[in-house]
Amino acid sequence: MRSKRYAGSLKSAALYIMLFAFLFPFLLVMMNSFKKTQYFVENPLALPTSFNLDNYLNAYENMNFLKSFMNSLLITVVAVLLILLFASMTGYLFVRFKWKVNGVLFFLMLASMTLPFQVLMIPLVMLYGNMGLLNMKSTLLFMYMGFGIPFGVFTFHGFIKGIPYELEESAFIEGSSRLRTFFQIIVPLLRPVMMTLIVLDVLWIWNDYLLPSLVLLSPEHKTLPLSTYSFFSSYSVDYGPLMAGLVMTVIPVLVLYLLLQNHIIKGVTQGALK
Amino acid sequence: MNKKMVWRNSGTFLLFAGPSTFAFAAVVLVPFLVGVYLTFTNWDVRTGDGTLIGLANYTEVMKDQAFWTQLWFTIKYVFCTVLLSNVVAFFIAFALTSGLKGEKWLRTGFFTPNLIGGIVLGYLWQMLFSQVLPYLGQTYGWSWFETSWLTDTDTAFWALVIATAWQLAGYLMIIYIAGFSGVPNDVLEAASIDGASRSAMIRKIVLPLSVSAVVICIFISLSRSFLTYDINLSLTKGGPFNSTELASYHIVQKAFLSNQYGIGQAEAIVLFAVVALIALTQSYLLKRMEVES
Repeated sequence: MRSKRYAGSLKSAALYIMLFAFLFPFLLVMMNSFKKTQYFVENPLALPTSFNLDNYLNAYENMNFLKSFMNSLLITVVAVLLILLFASMTGYLFVRFKWKVNGVLFFLMLASMTLPFQVLMIPLVMLYGNMGLLNMKSTLLFMYMGFGIPFGVFTFHGFIKGIPYELEESAFIEGSSRLRTFFQIIVPLLRPVMMTLIVLDVLWIWNDYLLPSLVLLSPEHKTLPLSTYSFFSSYSVDYGPLMAGLVMTVIPVLVLYLLLQNHIIKGVTQGALK
Repeated sequence: MNKKMVWRNSGTFLLFAGPSTFAFAAVVLVPFLVGVYLTFTNWDVRTGDGTLIGLANYTEVMKDQAFWTQLWFTIKYVFCTVLLSNVVAFFIAFALTSGLKGEKWLRTGFFTPNLIGGIVLGYLWQMLFSQVLPYLGQTYGWSWFETSWLTDTDTAFWALVIATAWQLAGYLMIIYIAGFSGVPNDVLEAASIDGASRSAMIRKIVLPLSVSAVVICIFISLSRSFLTYDINLSLTKGGPFNSTELASYHIVQKAFLSNQYGIGQAEAIVLFAVVALIALTQSYLLKRMEVES
C-alpha cells in the first residue's frame, strides 16, 4: 500500500514537470516581455532584472490595443447572443412541430456541419463583395450567425427533445402564447446547453482570424487577432514589444479560463462528443 | 388543415425559424451552391463577371504542380500531427484517470493552449524556434538547434507539426478522459492483480474499450489539421521559399492574391473531397474494431 502511494506521488511529480515543460513557452514569453529586445536576444532564459512596462506601453499603442479589444469584445458578445437566441428558437420549433420543411432544414443544417470554411470563403467574399457589404461589422456578425446556427440548432434540438411537453401544456391552457411560453418555460431550462454553446462559440469567434481578415478590411474594424498579425508584420525584429503584445492578447482569456475552468472543460467535452 | 391553420403555422415558422433560416441560407447554403457553380466559370474579380468554361478549372487544378506538391506536403503534415497529438493526448489522459491528486489542475493546465488562437500560437512558437532554441544550441553546442528551424524546409515542417500538436493534444486529452471513464476500474484492477504489465493493459483493455474515443479524436485531429491556416501564416508564412505552404494557405493565396477565384474554389473542393474521404475511411476501418464492455 505504501509503495503504491509512493508511486502515485512520483507519477504526480512527473506529470507536474511535464506540465511545466508543456506551458514553458507561455512562461518564456511572459518573462521576456519585461526585457529590452537587446537583453532578450543576448539571453532569452535570463530572468528580467526589473519590472519594466515600456514594452507594454509600446504594444498598447502600436497595436491599437484598446480599439481592437473592444472590437473583438463587441463582435464576440453580439454574435454569441444572436446564435443563442435564434438557434434555441429554431431548435424548439424543430422539436415541437414535425413539419416537412423543418425536417428538410434540419437535415440541411446537419449536413452543412461537415463543410469546411475553406469551401465557402471564396464565394462568400465574391457574393458579399458584389453587393458592397464587405468591411462592415454587421456583415461579419451576420456571417457568424449563419455559421453558428447549425451546431446551435443541433445542440438545442437534442436537449429540448428531453423536455416533456406537459410542462408547456398548462401554460397554453391558461392562454399563454407560443412565444411567451418558450421564453418563460423553456429558456430557463436551457442553461446547461447555453453554457456549452457559449464556451465553444466564444473560443471560436474570439480567436478567429481567417473570416474577419476577409471581411473587415479597414484598420478601425480590426479585431485582436487581426491587429496582432499586422503588429507582427510591421515590427518583425523588435521582440520586446511583440512579446508584450502576445501577453496582453492572451491574459484576458486566461483570466476568464481560471475563473470558469470547470464550465469550459465541461463545455468542450460535451461539444466534442456530439 | 384549414386556411387559418396554414396562416398560423407559417407565422410560427417565420417567427421561430425565419431569422435562422435566412442567415443559414445566405451564409452557408447559397455560397456553397454558388461555389460549386463558380468552379465551372472563369469569374474575374476585377471585371465582376465570368462565363461558363466547363471543366477547364479542374484541368487547371490537375496541372497546378504547386497545388499537388502542397497537398502532398499537407498530407505528410496531417499524418505526423495526428499521430503525435493523439499519442501524447492518449498517455496524458491515461495518466490523469488513475486517481492521482490534483488531476483536475493538471487537466486544466494541459488544456490551456486551446484558449489561444492560431495567430498568437504561431507567433509564440516563432519566438521559440527563431530565437530561444538557436540561443540554446549556440550556448550549449547542441548542433540540432544552432540555426533557426524556420529557415529550412524539413525542420520548418517539424516546427509546424509540433506547434499544432501542442495545441491539439490538450483538446484530444479531454475527449480521451471522457472515453476512459467507460473503462471499468475493476477490470483494470483484476488485470493488475493477475500481473498484467502496463503496456499489456493499455493494448488489451484500455484501447479496445475506448475505440469510439479514438475514432472521434482521429476524426477531429484529421479534419482540423487538414484545414490549418492561421498557424501556417504566423509561424512560417509559407517559407522558406513557399516550401511550407499547406493546402489552405495555397487556396487563400490563389484566390485572393492571384485573383484566380475559379481555380481556387476548385482546389478547395478537391481538398474537401480528400479530407472527407480520409476521415470517413478511418472511421469505418476503426469502428470495426470496437468491442462492447
